[in-house]
Amino acid sequence: MSALHDPARAAAPAVEVRALRRVFKGSRGSPEVVALAGIDLRIERGEVFGLLGPNGAGKTTCIKILNTLLYPSSGEAHVAGFDVVKQAQEVRRHIALVSGGESSGYGILNVRECLWMFSQFYGVPSAEAGPRVDQLIDALGLSDLAGTRINRLSTGQRQRMNFARGFVSDPEILFLDEPTLGMDVNAARMLREFVLGWVRERAGRTVLLTTHYMAEADQLCDRIAIIDRGLVLACDTPAALRRSVEGGQHVELEVLGVPEGLTEVDGVPVTWGAPHPERGTHTLKLRLADGGRLPLVLRALEARGVAVRGVSTRETSLEDAFIAIVGRGLEDGESPA
Amino acid sequence: MSVALGGGARVRNTGWRLFVQAMRARAWVRILGSLRESTWIVSDAIFPNLGMCAFVLMYRALGAPRSFEALAIIGGILTTYWMNVVWGMGAQLYWEKQQGQLQLYFAAPCSRLAILSGMAIGGLAATALRSLVGVAIGVFVFHMQVAPFSPWVLAGVFLLTMLALYALGMCLSSVFLLYGREAWHTANALQEPVYFLSGLYFPIRTLGTFGAVVAGVLPLTLGADAIRQVLLGPAAQPLLPLGLEALGLAGFTALFLWLAHVLMAHLEALSKREGRLTQRWQ
Repeated sequence: MSALHDPARAAAPAVEVRALRRVFKGSRGSPEVVALAGIDLRIERGEVFGLLGPNGAGKTTCIKILNTLLYPSSGEAHVAGFDVVKQAQEVRRHIALVSGGESSGYGILNVRECLWMFSQFYGVPSAEAGPRVDQLIDALGLSDLAGTRINRLSTGQRQRMNFARGFVSDPEILFLDEPTLGMDVNAARMLREFVLGWVRERAGRTVLLTTHYMAEADQLCDRIAIIDRGLVLACDTPAALRRSVEGGQHVELEVLGVPEGLTEVDGVPVTWGAPHPERGTHTLKLRLADGGRLPLVLRALEARGVAVRGVSTRETSLEDAFIAIVGRGLEDGESPA
Repeated sequence: MSVALGGGARVRNTGWRLFVQAMRARAWVRILGSLRESTWIVSDAIFPNLGMCAFVLMYRALGAPRSFEALAIIGGILTTYWMNVVWGMGAQLYWEKQQGQLQLYFAAPCSRLAILSGMAIGGLAATALRSLVGVAIGVFVFHMQVAPFSPWVLAGVFLLTMLALYALGMCLSSVFLLYGREAWHTANALQEPVYFLSGLYFPIRTLGTFGAVVAGVLPLTLGADAIRQVLLGPAAQPLLPLGLEALGLAGFTALFLWLAHVLMAHLEALSKREGRLTQRWQ
């Protein structure tokens, strides 16, 4: 029975994690690795929830525990109202997992056959499975590839098929672990729209997403937990996370002429961005607490022999908030000690 | 964007219905795969029969009784199944892991035994088609001579043999996965000794009492001997009475099925504890 029709479970959150800790033994004498250092999470039904963190933050470990693929070292995790350790079989009836870069299915099967096969592993009745597979193929733009063998698909096409597999059982809770990894821009946009449509049309459906793409998290997620070194550092709506860091205006200047050792202008710290070799210019980044100071900064630069060729401004982004909270970007390694 | 998947609550099968569904789907992949990949027909149906042909020709050149040729033909046909059990069943979960697919099975609500049973049924069905090549060679090329036999008894003995063999394959799949490449090499190293001890190309009694007792612990030995008894009668130079061999095969089936269940549960617990079996690089 669906949780949505079981009053006892309907009140339970989609995911509830308390003091969840997972430690991996070190191999060949290396020290043990603390992947999760005791995290708490509560994801309500109907939410699209994002888990953002740099490589090695513990996102995938968390997803694996919630998908009954790993035991936690300590703590508790409940999915759809069921304990992931003691009621793993019940949990599996209500979830699906899609991992970016995975290679599901057998190369000898075509797209339609592969999706049908997985529908059978999830107990979708035969009468429903075929039409649903066809609907998914159509909705995800795979119609032209429905009869193509999987081993002849490109990485992006295969990724779209994997994505479709996640929906074939119409799970109550869907885990998307880097689902758009390796996809082109248009395909990724289509999948994001599909997720939003699915959550909107299927009341109570929940998505837990991990992604490396800030814009994706910003567009999709109702709430985001920022995780690093196995700890949840912040958990809120994208707008609230942006507000939580210092505000102000982010300014990017395209400049010609670079004085040696320029680290501040008129008392405002600056950082260098990407050069533009084709124009012989550089990008200079700064943040102004008061946007009204911009003309003063431009005059100060001119006084130091720097010609400003272009000015662009933007508000605080989710990436700014992430860097402020974690101390480094998503793609960066460990932050300096 | 409308996902157009329709509204309403979803009904999903559970229990035995889900078991049968998952088993059928996994078996279907095997059968479909074997029909679509023509190179497998050469490697799995033609090549295994070359050894059988060599033995038949050798017996013929030496002027051995015709029953020896039939012994080798029956052994050659069973070789096709044994190869499928070792490499198609035993190595399958290892391959699934290497492809990153094992975790999808572990995260699915269907029983792992349903997946294994599907692999076994699909492998058996696909191999049955290929073994027909061996039968055809035996009947039409070498004009194999058999004694009068009951098709029902033959079907029963064959079924028991296959059950024992594929239940062993279900165990091997977990063992291969647990020990990875080491198990792979071990199986590779054991392939020829198993052929030898199973007496696939000669009467098992030739090994003497001790050799026959040792060989008797292999389901392949009992199966080959039982099928030969049905088809050749006393000329098969049987190891044990047919009834006893059938009982042994049934016992092997029960033992291996239980062991497969235990090993799979152990494997899953180990995977969750150590987190290394669902990662292809670990």
